[in-house]
Amino acid sequence: MQPDVPRTTDHAAIGDVAGIEERTLLQKMLTSQPFWVTVALIVVCLGIGFYQPAFFTAQNIANITRNFAIFGIMALGMTCVIITAGIDLSVGSIMGLVAIVAGIYLTAEYSWYVSFALGMLAGLACGAVNGFLIAYVGLSPFVVTLGMMSIARSLAVVISGNQMLYQFGPDAPIVKAIGQAKFPPNVEGDMWPDWIPAFSSHFWVMVFMALIVGYVFKYKAWGKHLFAIGGNEQAARLTGVNVKLIKFQAYVFSAFCAAVSSLLILGYTGSAINALGQSYELRVIAATVIGGANLLGGYGTAYGAIIGAALLEVIRNALLMAGIDSNWQGAFVGIFIILAVFIGLQTEGGRSYIAQLRDTILPPRRKDR
Amino acid sequence: MSLLALDRITKSFGAIHALQGVDLEIQPGEAVGLMGDNGAGKSTLVKIIAGNFPPTSGHIAVEGREVVFDRPIDARAAGIEVVYQDLALANNLTAAENVFLGRELKKGWGPFRTLDKEAMIERSSELFAELKSETRPRDLVQKMSGGQRQAVAIARTRLSDPKLVLMDEPTAAISVRQVAEVLNLIKRLKATGHAVILISHRMPDVFEVCDRIAVLRRGTKVADKATRDTSPEEITGLITGAIHAA
Ligand SMILES: Nc1ncnc2c1ncn2[C@@H]1O[C@H](COP(=O)(O)OP(=O)(O)OP(=O)(O)O)[C@@H](O)[C@H]1O
Ligand SMILES: [Mg+2]
Repeated sequence: MQPDVPRTTDHAAIGDVAGIEERTLLQKMLTSQPFWVTVALIVVCLGIGFYQPAFFTAQNIANITRNFAIFGIMALGMTCVIITAGIDLSVGSIMGLVAIVAGIYLTAEYSWYVSFALGMLAGLACGAVNGFLIAYVGLSPFVVTLGMMSIARSLAVVISGNQMLYQFGPDAPIVKAIGQAKFPPNVEGDMWPDWIPAFSSHFWVMVFMALIVGYVFKYKAWGKHLFAIGGNEQAARLTGVNVKLIKFQAYVFSAFCAAVSSLLILGYTGSAINALGQSYELRVIAATVIGGANLLGGYGTAYGAIIGAALLEVIRNALLMAGIDSNWQGAFVGIFIILAVFIGLQTEGGRSYIAQLRDTILPPRRKDR
Repeated sequence: MSLLALDRITKSFGAIHALQGVDLEIQPGEAVGLMGDNGAGKSTLVKIIAGNFPPTSGHIAVEGREVVFDRPIDARAAGIEVVYQDLALANNLTAAENVFLGRELKKGWGPFRTLDKEAMIERSSELFAELKSETRPRDLVQKMSGGQRQAVAIARTRLSDPKLVLMDEPTAAISVRQVAEVLNLIKRLKATGHAVILISHRMPDVFEVCDRIAVLRRGTKVADKATRDTSPEEITGLITGAIHAA
């Protein structure tokens, strides 16, 4: 593998380099962090399933997929932000604000769609402020979103009067139906066999959004520009990419994802509390990083975001089932984050440890040319 | 009428006066060599012409009309393409993605307009073949040699039909064979009525393709002569300051 600094080389050497770069699909897969996280996920699942057959019941699978879905959704937004070499610490607080704003209007007996739209608007406004200050004013993403984390939470507390909101007026059943919907429904006598988990609306929303984000990353110019900004912001600007607008949009999208998650939880619990989402930003960032996004920018996938969120939840679930004190969760989650960053770490030659591992297992093929 | 006319361009970065009143004119079909020591202000001048940042004072006219470039795409819209000294490549994208960055080819309709990857890869490999470069469109730029990276940066300028191509040390990291290809490209550009500004520290390259040579020293233009009226010795003297001006 070549160092990424430009260097003088004659023509024959270039041919050699080109030969080394031929890689099979398998080799590519072995370097991808999401692949290894998927392997880890399967191993952990089989491990738990072996000791606790209850793990693989349709009910438990439905629960787990519902639990991590909101983190998966937010990790999609976080992935967009992290690809641009940014960070969004405000997603948890935005969840709280969105829930409270929607809850206030529901309590005032507004229809569910007006309430949801206003909650969503509050979330998007937070994202727009983040995006404006970061992209157009040029402030640091860490500082701006740290500030927003504090502001949005405080607003949520003030607006709610520090009360839990749960008397949702005439549309309360619709709100609940949205948050608690399942597919397949798994009621007596339906056409679906019982072993298929009744996946939650949270899960399906996540799948839908992941497909869209994955599509945009791969097939839309917007996605390519996002990656270009993370790879070399200056180069992106020079080649005519609208860097500021795209960064702005990334933060708005992250806030959008937080708002969607918030409204799903609001529907599921049928209540709104201003503490909703507290410290979730850390779990979302953890899921994103475990899924292979690089905090330095330029790398990340939609699949990785989802699979990272899934792994975190399964580990949590495993610890619960193993009867380990829930206070230990933080330690385990922390170890996984550091481990994930470590295996994705670039060594001096521009190679990650998994790339080295791959080259040991499957040495690169030299093509004759 | 000149294709490009710079009128008393100055540029200061705080206390550093990178350019101090530079005039320069280029005609269609002409290649001008811009030479000077490290830090003389060559790249700064290129970046001003390319709309990277505005001059502190002075005017730029394209085909007789005064222009103000707020952004690099404004310069591109006016028919100016640039190969930057640092190449301006995103390491995490492929060669083809870099070539088409900011002007991707698309297919389809409405919200389903998607990147036309096949067309971009095909066009990129044509451009690399034209440059006689062994660069493969699907490879990540991160893993490329200096020469391959340079080919990517040069291929970009071939996407449109620019009036003026600015090349900031395009031959700094490439093999003898590829240098010849870049020089050939410059000759072809000239023959088809394009203008080229070539920045290079390689005296033979500049003398081979340039009609005129301008020398910058500490932000001031100290010479602007037809190539046939000067010699490498004189230019060297002008660059180092051994010859005061010509
Ligand atoms: N963005 C900037 N901020 C501050 N100073 C700058 C900036 N860009 C250039 N300079 C200064 O302006 C002067 C001219 O730099 P420039 O890059 O134009 O030189 P150059 O002639 O291209 O040199 P080289 O041959 O090394 O590429 C230098 O003193 C440099 O330090
Ligand atoms: Mg320079």
